[in-house]
Amino acid sequence: MTKIVVIGNGMVGYKFCEKLCAQETAKDFEITVFGEEPWPAYDRVHLSEYFSGSTAEDLIMAPRSWYEENNITLHSNEMIVKIDREQKKIISHSGHDYSYDKLILATGSGAFVPPINGVDKKGVFVYRTLEDLDAIIEYSKKVKTAAVIGGGLLGLEAAKAVIDMGLKAHVIEFAPRLMPRQLDEAGSATLQSKLEELGINIHLNKNTQKIKGNGKLESMKFADDSELPVEMLIISAGIKPRDELAKDCGLATAPRGGVIVNEFLQTEDENIFAIGEVASYKNMIYGLVAPGYEMASQVVNQLVNEEVKPFMGFDMSTKLKLIGVDVGSFGDPFGDFEPSKPIVYENKNSGIYKRINVSLDGKRLIGGILVGDASAYNMLLQMCQNKMPLPPEPEDLILGARGGKEAAGAGVESLPEEAQICSCENVTKGSICSLVENDGVTKVDEIKSCTKAGTGCGGCMPMVNDLLKHQLKAMGKAVKNVLCEHFDYSRQELLDLVKVKKIKTYNELLDQFGQGDGCEVCKPAVASILASTWNELITKQDTIQDTNDRFLANIQRGGTYSVVPRVPGGEITPEKLIVIGEVAKKYGLYTKITGGQRIDLFGARVDQLPDIWEELIDAGFESGHAYGKSLRTVKSCVGSTWCRYGVQDSVSFAIQVEERYRGLRSPHKLKGAVSGCIRECAEAQSKDFGIIATEKGWNLYICGNGGSKPQHAQLLINDVDTETCLKFIDRFLMFYIRTAEPLTRTATWLNKLEGGMDYVRDVVVNDSLGIGEELEREMQFMIDTYACEWKEVVNNPQLRAKFKHFLNAEEEDPNLKFQDMRGQKIPAAW
Amino acid sequence: MISELEKYKTADTSKVTHWFKAAPVDRFPEDGGACIKYGDLQIAIFNFTRRNEWYACQNLCPHKMQMILSRGMIGSFEGEPKVACPFHKKTFSLKSGKNLNGDTCDIATYPIKIEDGYVFVGFEE
Ligand SMILES: Cc1cc2nc3c(=O)[nH]c(=O)nc-3n(C[C@H](O)[C@H](O)[C@H](O)COP(=O)(O)OP(=O)(O)OC[C@H]3O[C@@H](n4cnc5c(N)ncnc54)[C@H](O)[C@@H]3O)c2cc1C
Ligand code: SF4
Ligand code: SF4
Ligand code: FES
Repeated sequence: MTKIVVIGNGMVGYKFCEKLCAQETAKDFEITVFGEEPWPAYDRVHLSEYFSGSTAEDLIMAPRSWYEENNITLHSNEMIVKIDREQKKIISHSGHDYSYDKLILATGSGAFVPPINGVDKKGVFVYRTLEDLDAIIEYSKKVKTAAVIGGGLLGLEAAKAVIDMGLKAHVIEFAPRLMPRQLDEAGSATLQSKLEELGINIHLNKNTQKIKGNGKLESMKFADDSELPVEMLIISAGIKPRDELAKDCGLATAPRGGVIVNEFLQTEDENIFAIGEVASYKNMIYGLVAPGYEMASQVVNQLVNEEVKPFMGFDMSTKLKLIGVDVGSFGDPFGDFEPSKPIVYENKNSGIYKRINVSLDGKRLIGGILVGDASAYNMLLQMCQNKMPLPPEPEDLILGARGGKEAAGAGVESLPEEAQICSCENVTKGSICSLVENDGVTKVDEIKSCTKAGTGCGGCMPMVNDLLKHQLKAMGKAVKNVLCEHFDYSRQELLDLVKVKKIKTYNELLDQFGQGDGCEVCKPAVASILASTWNELITKQDTIQDTNDRFLANIQRGGTYSVVPRVPGGEITPEKLIVIGEVAKKYGLYTKITGGQRIDLFGARVDQLPDIWEELIDAGFESGHAYGKSLRTVKSCVGSTWCRYGVQDSVSFAIQVEERYRGLRSPHKLKGAVSGCIRECAEAQSKDFGIIATEKGWNLYICGNGGSKPQHAQLLINDVDTETCLKFIDRFLMFYIRTAEPLTRTATWLNKLEGGMDYVRDVVVNDSLGIGEELEREMQFMIDTYACEWKEVVNNPQLRAKFKHFLNAEEEDPNLKFQDMRGQKIPAAW
Repeated sequence: MISELEKYKTADTSKVTHWFKAAPVDRFPEDGGACIKYGDLQIAIFNFTRRNEWYACQNLCPHKMQMILSRGMIGSFEGEPKVACPFHKKTFSLKSGKNLNGDTCDIATYPIKIEDGYVFVGFEE
């Protein structure tokens, strides 16, 4: 049995254990790991997600039970203070000693804190561990502004965290540009203006001389004598390898820090290896996970006598994540190491800067910079790493093909077999394709679990997806979007089956066309199909509905629900407004105006829902279906009745449209809007269907979308009368409901549809499939059979009885907790 | 909230010392769940009509500590019965309590028996 001791339970130390345990000879090793942090190794790369809701548990690489199952002894909260190379043992801060046969140094690095006068003041932090983040979050509650020293990758990530905490953010950079190691001047300038739009103040060429304040930080003073008042400071000026243990026991360290290793990751002592951010190879520290993982792998290979690839350095290409601006830098971004010709594209208006460096013979890509649009990053990186031949007009790579021809050589198919797709886990194109070809793999999840591709930074997932599709297609397998393991059918096929076989319940469909017992994917999808076909009350089959549809309300943090009565077109009488106010007051609800011109009442307990609705229905309200994948609202501007510019009565039309499609279940939510003239105050072009008044009638736009990927709606037809407009919306919506995949908004549906907008116009306007009337008939059926779900529940004691927290007690959930904010209640934080 | 989580410990049928009479069988929705109160514990009980099986587990989702699992959809993953949390769709085996996404803690499960038209949940202690 070989005794392996690992010092440092960070990302790389953990990966080392994982790789060693995966070996057949794992039982020949006794592994002991020491980490000075209180928890098992966590994902530092995604540390900043701690600010956007991830918990410490989410970030943990593997729970303690994993270490136990793999017979690894993990000592958290234990710092190693000494290595005794002669006796081959190590000593911890608590005085214990442990002996080793092979020692792995994976102590990573700490934040580098420049020796500025006053850095020890209260309110100055570094950004490296969960504990740092906890301290930052705590302190941020008392302040309004924060500065970050360092305008590199990490500094900008920290700056994003500062805005996420609701503070005013400043970034201080010593160099004359941002991300000096990745960007050139023009790239930095583009990034700077984007960041300033996000509200981050950038200060370049600033050498911080003093941190001023009485005990706690109050301002920063710079070498040019200027001063910046701030209340909190995060230092993110680089890293400092934790090489103190190595130094202390006489191992050679590099002048710029780090334990010196050879290409086999060996230190001067043959029994001691160093991997990850503490290892210095050829005077270089690799501050990324991918090279660290590669080092871990090579040491494992040596321990089990497998083939070892010497570590020859690593590509340092990176993409900035999180901040909301695309930034990528790959290969040799400045063309410093090899003579090259840059090709540059810049659009100041849309904030895009792209540069590629092409070899002098014009045949190879050497490196490049992308700011504002990094969608080509993965492909360009691959071309660069694999020395792939360039297309005859290399500028196509950053401009896209112009003049109607396809962009040359930009697809995954042109990549060589050895192209590294996932650099974190070192997975090649060849290994992914062979899984698909030889092992019958057909799903991305399977690729993920077999190869671990995409489990690190996740940046390669789009490529893995493309590869899978491409490989399946190449093998002649239709790439079919089946619903889930329980149905080998696409949504469209199931919808046809439901219609043709007149299937009315989920269980019937599962018995006849599925297998197993269903799941949270197929149940709501089928529920939606059944509702879009038969329009029966969804409460009949309540347990196949998502919780929102099961309880006819939107679940919110803490497990209470919100209630949204329909306010067609956003028009409401004072009397009804008063009713909403009174109901909210009576049940202690938090009220907020929604983006769809109605009022949301939050914080209702499940048992209160029927009572609340009873009062609302008595006052003439009906369900707003805010909980359903169904029509939400048809927003309107005030239109020609009041507005001096209006040319049509947009409010009346919006009400008519909203009442026509209320309750219509669809693959995803639907939103509409009507504007009274071309000034477009109702923002109709951002909706699934948007109507804009003209002198002659209406212009109809379809397939717009807000949300995470906004997309403008496109004109379907112009200057039509009211009746024609409704007819085309009927056809369009029904066509979408028939053909879209589950949870696909109209914009995405259109993007994926072969033939795009021209095809939709052919079907809807020109009736090229001859199904126009059928679609209208189906819609008319939906309109005729509409009934308010809440009215049904309120009047049915059996249905009402389902709205309870406990089956065996009259009590409400004792775990509900609220706090006060600006005079209203909100749920206690999760 | 961690202390809340620690209240729930998987009970083994052979070690059950107390069978708690929860509610009549017909009060539970078909192929769905409901929550019952036992002392200061909240237990989710599922009537898996399709499989003719019953399951019980903690009502607390360990992901964001929400008292909610009884309102989750049930189903199967390669034959293993499971429940999906309504909040972020983390799924848990109803048999072993294991988190099937592999990124959240496992949950506690409890034995169940049906007698005289009543559902009983078993507890150790
Ligand atoms: C906010 C942030 C964002 C990042 N983003 C990215 C990114 O997008 N992409 C990327 O590739 N990289 C990123 N990185 C860098 C990446 O996290 C590191 O490269 C990686 O964590 C290095 O792993 P490691 O195991 O070598 O060191 P660490 O993860 O630092 O682990 C070392 C561990 O050893 C412990 N330790 C040290 N000395 C001792 C001792 N004497 N006794 C016991 N324990 C000890 C430390 O406490 C620490 O837990 C980011 C880093 C941060 C901080
Ligand atoms: S869109 Fe036209 S009609 Fe409507 S509010 Fe604006 S200006 Fe007035
Ligand atoms: S309401 Fe929408 S945008 Fe706002 S936090 Fe929730 S999901 Fe995000
Ligand atoms: S709270 Fe249950 S999955 Fe997030």
